[in-house]
Parts: sequence; structure tokens; C-alpha cells
Amino acid sequence: MMRFIWPFVIFVTLAGFLYVGLHLNPHEVPSPLIGKPAPAFSLAQLHDPTKQFSPQDMKGQVWLLNVWASWCVSCKIEHPILLALSRKNIVPIYGLDYKDKREAGMAWLQEGGDPYVLSASDMEGRIGIDYGVYGVPETYVIDKQGVIRYKQIGPVTPESLREKILPLVAELQAK
Amino acid sequence: MKNLLILLFCLLPSFAFAGEAKDMADDPVLEKRMIGLAENLRCLVCQNESLASSHSELAEDLRREVREQMQKGLTDQEIIDYLVSRYGDFVLFDPPVKSYTLLLWYGPFALLLAALAGLIVQLRKRKSKVTEAQLSDEDAKRAADLLNQSKDS
Repeated sequence: MMRFIWPFVIFVTLAGFLYVGLHLNPHEVPSPLIGKPAPAFSLAQLHDPTKQFSPQDMKGQVWLLNVWASWCVSCKIEHPILLALSRKNIVPIYGLDYKDKREAGMAWLQEGGDPYVLSASDMEGRIGIDYGVYGVPETYVIDKQGVIRYKQIGPVTPESLREKILPLVAELQAK
Repeated sequence: MKNLLILLFCLLPSFAFAGEAKDMADDPVLEKRMIGLAENLRCLVCQNESLASSHSELAEDLRREVREQMQKGLTDQEIIDYLVSRYGDFVLFDPPVKSYTLLLWYGPFALLLAALAGLIVQLRKRKSKVTEAQLSDEDAKRAADLLNQSKDS
């Protein structure tokens, strides 16, 4: 009887690890930027290229930076959620149009609705690299001091909004 | 003539390559250094490919970034630090030894030691169980006879 116990224990341990592994998403890489100041940039605005947008303009406000692109398929999934959120006026959403053509980006917003206060266009994807973007969409929650507090990798879902983003925004706004 | 042909064939792959790789830098030394660095970095889109071999757009952008930083005169370590501060230790194929990677680095050795200890304990146990077989005089004589018999034949 005893001789079966060890193989059994090893099997159960291994099965346990594999079971947990099944539910891990290797594409969710924790960002080292959490708790760090949002990297500075100054980019032309999508709708008015003569004007610039910089995260420094947002000091004193809690805001969301949403990285999107007209070529991005999963952005379509989160788009209605962002639209609904922008209508509630809880927190301003700013867009970063990542590696996109200006006309394509503008057409995409005209067609699907524009949840953003404004979008900055990062046509060459350089600011994306500064922010550690590796898959669009990504959403950053940035506090009043300009520190990144949370990063949502992949589309914003009703669950992530309800459980993580909105409670965090309320907490940061109360500070 | 034959030698000339061989020489021409040797040049052929480099011709083909020059036509394809459009983002090759003008400086081949820098390009080689960039590829050498990028081979140890992970592409975050296709996660088991290196930054040097990946064809994803992000990898192309990151190669451009690395190339530009090299042109600015940054050292390899400074460039690695820059990428790690953006993308985390995950970009490194060679994870650094930190408190949370101790198990990864030393776990296998710990397992090996545990297995060796187990083996030694088991062997000692077995040794105490196995008793030398005692032969009676009669049995010893029979054994000697049998051995002699086989020698004769």
C-alpha cells in the first residue's frame, strides 16, 4: 500500500500545477510601469494636428489612457464599453492612436463613435514602446500625480471595469 | 573558370539577402551588434521567438529602437535596462536571479540533492535488511563439487 502513496502524491502535485497553468494567460505580462510616473511625451492630436497633447496637461486629474488603432480587432469589442463609460462622465478617457493612419483612425471614430476627450496619434509607435505596449488595446489608469496605477492588457470588459478600474478611479479621485 | 563560378555562387546568397532585408542599417557592424543583443531578448507578441528573428511589427519597431539607441552611443546594458523598465524581466530570455526566481534557478539543484538524500537513505535501509547467506558445511561441499564438475567438462 505504502509504495503507491509517493507516485500518487507526485501525480496529484503535478496535476495541480498543470491545472493552475491551464488558467494562466501567458500574454498577460505584468507591467513594470505600475507605480511609476507615466512616460512623458508630446504628440500631435488626431483631429487637430496643429495642437499637441502631453500627459503633463493632465496633472491634478485621474484619467484613462486607452491605446487603440483602427486596424485592431479586439478594440471593436471594448469600444461600446468605452462609449458607455464616456457618457457617464466619471473619468476622462484619452486615446493613443497606435501605429495608425490619421484618416483611418478618424474614419474609425466617426463610424463607431468617439469615447475620447481627444486622441493623440502615435503613428510610428514610439510612444507605445515607452509605455511598454505590446498588444492593442491596452488601458492605463493614471492618477492625479501622473503615476500609472493600473494597466489593463487587452479589451476592457464589464467585469474589469466593475471590479478593478472603476473602484480604483473612485479611490484615486477621493485622494 | 571553375574557380570564378564557385566564387560567384558564394556571392549569390548575399545578393539575395541584400534585396530582401529592407531595414538593414547602413552600418553592418552596428547591425551585427543589434542582432547579437536582440537574440537574447524575447518578442512580446510571439513569445517564444527572439526579437532578432521575429517578423512582428512590434519586433521591427523594437529593433529600430535598439539600433537608434546604439547610434546614440548607449551601451548594451543601458539598452537592456531601458527595455526591462518598459516590458519587465519578461523580455529577457535569461531571467535574472532575484528573490522570486530563486526557486527557478536553484530548485532543480534542491530537487537533485533531495533525490540523492532519498537514494542514500534507501540504500542504507536495504543494506541493513540484506543478511549474508550462511552456508552449512554440507552445502559448501556440494557447491565446491558442482564448481569442480563444470571445470572438468
